[in-house]
Amino acid sequence: MSEKIKVGIIGSGNIGTDLMMKIMRSPYLEMSVLIGIDPHSEGLKRASDAGIHTITNGIDGFLEQPHLADILFDATSAKAHEVHVQKLEGLNKRLIDLTPAAVGPFVAPTVNLLEHIEKPVVNMITCGGQATIPIVRAIGDVQTVEYGEIVATIASKSAGPGTRANIDEFTETTANAIESVGGAKSGKAIIILNPAEPPLIMRDTVLCLLEEEVKDEQAIIDSVRQMVDKVQQYVPGYRLKMDPIIDGNKVTVFLEVEGLGDYLPIYAGNLDIMTAAGVKVGEEIAKSLIEKGERV
Amino acid sequence: MTKVLLTEVALRDGSHVVAHQFTKEQVRYVTEMLSKANVPFIEVTHGDGLGGSSLQYGFSKVHDIELVEEAAKVAGDSKVSVLLIPGIGTISQLKDAHAAGARMVRVATHVTEADVSKQHIETARNMGMETIGFLMMSHSAPPEKVLEQALLMESYGAHAVYVTDSAGAMLPSDVRDRISLLRKNLKIDIGFHAHNNLSLAVANSLVAIEEGATRIDGSICCLGAGAGNTQTEVLVAVLERMGIETGVDLYPMLDLAEYVRNDILPHPQDITTGSLVMGYAGVYSSFLRHANVAAEKVGVDARDILVELGKLNVVGGQEDMILEVASEIAREKVGKI
Repeated sequence: MSEKIKVGIIGSGNIGTDLMMKIMRSPYLEMSVLIGIDPHSEGLKRASDAGIHTITNGIDGFLEQPHLADILFDATSAKAHEVHVQKLEGLNKRLIDLTPAAVGPFVAPTVNLLEHIEKPVVNMITCGGQATIPIVRAIGDVQTVEYGEIVATIASKSAGPGTRANIDEFTETTANAIESVGGAKSGKAIIILNPAEPPLIMRDTVLCLLEEEVKDEQAIIDSVRQMVDKVQQYVPGYRLKMDPIIDGNKVTVFLEVEGLGDYLPIYAGNLDIMTAAGVKVGEEIAKSLIEKGERV
Repeated sequence: MTKVLLTEVALRDGSHVVAHQFTKEQVRYVTEMLSKANVPFIEVTHGDGLGGSSLQYGFSKVHDIELVEEAAKVAGDSKVSVLLIPGIGTISQLKDAHAAGARMVRVATHVTEADVSKQHIETARNMGMETIGFLMMSHSAPPEKVLEQALLMESYGAHAVYVTDSAGAMLPSDVRDRISLLRKNLKIDIGFHAHNNLSLAVANSLVAIEEGATRIDGSICCLGAGAGNTQTEVLVAVLERMGIETGVDLYPMLDLAEYVRNDILPHPQDITTGSLVMGYAGVYSSFLRHANVAAEKVGVDARDILVELGKLNVVGGQEDMILEVASEIAREKVGKI
């Protein structure tokens, strides 16, 4: 692959730095610029060591040299994202939002990737949403899901200050997306931080109540397994802990997400599933731009 | 000695015991009686706090905002309190509870995760609520860590911080070490919440008071998760004998205890094997009922489930681990045959 689309990342924290490491391996994306606000941040140091452009005065710095990227990943905070959207207006950049701002439409790559591929801004929901919503959808493909609930348990060490300061944004954004992307009639999300040492690998439990009793257990199990295979294609450490437990109209699915260990260690599957899903979306957008022979 | 302020938690912690099936009538009657007995704070919420109604923890029979509203109607001079665990409940639900008449909130986090409570504590303060930080599973962190986290909650604006022995695992010396360190370093009130899993709830509450705690939780007839909490009517009697003022009248509490025993408790609140094992292994008390259900479902010993959960360092809220651990134990058993 000779042709790549230039990308920038706004935010040089855990998510931004992990994203950078994944993008550097992408056949479709060229890691062009890392945009931060703290010149001493570990992420910016790594970027300049790798010969990548760095900007240390945030989005304003990028506005001075907008040619550096056609696709931008936003790995800051919901509030900052809203400012970024305004400032980038009219520049014809594509924005992939990894904050819980929910300005653009929600995207889970295995569920609705192509639906929003032309949109100027797409939102990656939350780590718990990326891990669980595909499963809600897989169950819903077989029988209607009346109520979908997810419980995400992550290692304390993998929850950055942004997540901690805005934990309601996680529960509310995830619950909304269980409905709008997962297809459940109503959704609920719970997040738990566990400080155990050594840190535990991200775990997610999906609990669904179906409109009617399960008619064909095997069909549900097969649908869930197929979905897990699809997610595994971009998150290799995504797996079922055991086969779904089916009891009347209730389906329970236990999942584990082991990260690749790019920036944070492998327990931080929550970080990985977000960044890997983001890269997947970025690559699809890049492919569509390349096909059209278009530079935005 | 200063007055000790009691918070009655039967209508919240006791929600676990009745599988979150409290009715409006029960909540109204118990609240009315508690108010007559001059209990200053009455907590009414799903066992896992606002938003706790779920498949994970069990659905409430009556939405907890409605129960708060029902309690507030008859609370008189007592304040209705709610529990809020960030990650389960949200600020939006706290606002609903406030609108329904809640005047106190306990914002609860695992003992090492106090920084997730900042927004919730600040919002509660801004709404004029009595605002308490609640450090769950305090047995699992050393006193210095409990202090560090309590200081965070103080800095966010909490009026008081509780050392919460969610697993009923603390020995009197554990209580002494934590409360005394907090008392030396905090400006705000300190509280203590016990579970009676090792039959130490009253004794530990007395140690806490001795070391300077001025807020104590109790549940009437031990109507709380696991073996229940400090039995409120017993504590009231003991403190009266000791000359420590609570302002609570004993006889109406005894009358209410009869009602709770006869009309609410599904079974007497003994220290069962399960609750004892939780205290011994340091497991979150509300896991008991779920562990018993899972044990029966997959045909394993509930004790094995609880001990395994203890080994895995599972924290409050991780009820989904119970069925998973039970299924794994069952699978291993089959493997051995």
